[in-house]
Amino acid sequence: MDEAALDAMIDTGTTILGIEMKPEWRAAVRMHLGISLSHAAVVLEAPLPDHLDPAPVFRA
Amino acid sequence: MTQATEIAAGIGSGRMRATDVMTACLDKIGRLNPVLNAFTAVTAERAMAKAAALDAAIAAGAAPGPLAGVPFAVKNLIDVAGLRTLAGSKINRDHPPAAGDAPLVQRLEAAGAILVGALNMGEYAYDFTGENVHEGPSRNPFDTARMSGGSSGGSGSAVGGGLVPLALGSDTNGSIRVPASFCGVFGLKATYGRLTRAGSFPFVSSLDHLGPFARSVADLAVAYDAMQGYDPADPVCVDRPVDPVAGVLDSGIGGLRIASAGGYFRTGASPEALTALDSIAAALGAADTVMIPEVQRARSAAYIITTTEGAALHMQRLRTRPDDFDADVRDRLIAGALLPAAAVAQAQKFRRWFREEMLKLFQRYDAILAPATPCVAPLIGQKTFVLDGKEMPVRPNIGIYTQPFSFIGLPVVAVPVPTSLSLPIGVQIVTAPWREDIALRVARALEIAGAAVAPVAKLEA
Repeated sequence: MDEAALDAMIDTGTTILGIEMKPEWRAAVRMHLGISLSHAAVVLEAPLPDHLDPAPVFRA
Repeated sequence: MTQATEIAAGIGSGRMRATDVMTACLDKIGRLNPVLNAFTAVTAERAMAKAAALDAAIAAGAAPGPLAGVPFAVKNLIDVAGLRTLAGSKINRDHPPAAGDAPLVQRLEAAGAILVGALNMGEYAYDFTGENVHEGPSRNPFDTARMSGGSSGGSGSAVGGGLVPLALGSDTNGSIRVPASFCGVFGLKATYGRLTRAGSFPFVSSLDHLGPFARSVADLAVAYDAMQGYDPADPVCVDRPVDPVAGVLDSGIGGLRIASAGGYFRTGASPEALTALDSIAAALGAADTVMIPEVQRARSAAYIITTTEGAALHMQRLRTRPDDFDADVRDRLIAGALLPAAAVAQAQKFRRWFREEMLKLFQRYDAILAPATPCVAPLIGQKTFVLDGKEMPVRPNIGIYTQPFSFIGLPVVAVPVPTSLSLPIGVQIVTAPWREDIALRVARALEIAGAAVAPVAKLEA
């Protein structure tokens, strides 16, 4: 994944969420964001039926 | 340390005294914990008082419980009255001490077991390594330069090292099964919703489980039976009858249909993991290989749910105390906070789909075998390893074979298998929801056959 795009996402996201981003954390956050986004891409590509219910457990 | 059911039988019959057992246990913890760093607190005074009370009760004719006098310890995310529930963190040291024991601790003690302390773990359970920057790593009893596995590293280390015969841990993506594999002990992750999680510090509510570690299948089963039962204090705990398993362990495996998982589960596995899997399959006469559909996507979906729910749980702490986190945990959680929400919703939809597919497989098979970890325990501090010819970061990838099953809450017993490297490795026995009895019967058959063994690590002359 494009390093500049990951850095832009890190900068925008942490600013909006109010999370500090120290320069020495960036390489690790970038690595983990890249891994997580590749898992997200795999999940988002899943050809699931529209009517499928999600699975979190909630009982009133 | 003698195994749990042997201690209970000895104390119950009057051949042994709980105070003697406890004295020996505390002495061993005192000698070996400096080597293993498995414990973060030892509740010696409480344990000796309970042991003396048990001896007195038995002398007065009280019926001993099935775990009479058995010392046990719990991962330090489980509440122990008077201790701070650290969950492996520095930040939680500022919390007040727990007002009471978690229900699982209460249930084990109601069966006669005696708590001896709290166990080291990876910070906020987000590791597979057993490393902890605040407490130091818990160490592998078979090679103290190596990882105990995580996140229930202290649990695996303490049981594998023979400091206690029984311990509790938690498993969100493999945190019981990974340390069981690395430390050469049996571990049970029951069906999601079977064992109450009340009184434990959460990680990922969608995926969190609690469960036992032991060095024999009978010990695992007796502890599991003692802990079963509905608890409205955990909204996920399912109100269903208790299914005791200790009495059916030796009913054999005749007629059970067992297959090994292929494809994904053989890709990237080390020769030791594959040899262990094949030896377990051979011992069971399980010739079939089953291909689990979309298992890579199941692992990805578990990964997404974990990192985003974890980020949500810790958002305020990330904002206010980022420097007090273990950097390895903080940086993953920050990344998790940035993920698109649509991926999380889709992951929960995929979870439903994958569950349906797995239930279809369980119409054909009663149990599925898979490696617990891709390799034996890495060295403490090791950051990368080679999986399927690619260099990969260790921490996010040790759980590749455990994540797909906890993702949909299937019961799994991890059984320990010796390897040619003088280090153990685990094999998972996975069954349909609520069929812990089958997984434990298969594990027991493997124990009887000598294919799964949990010797105490030789830590002293």
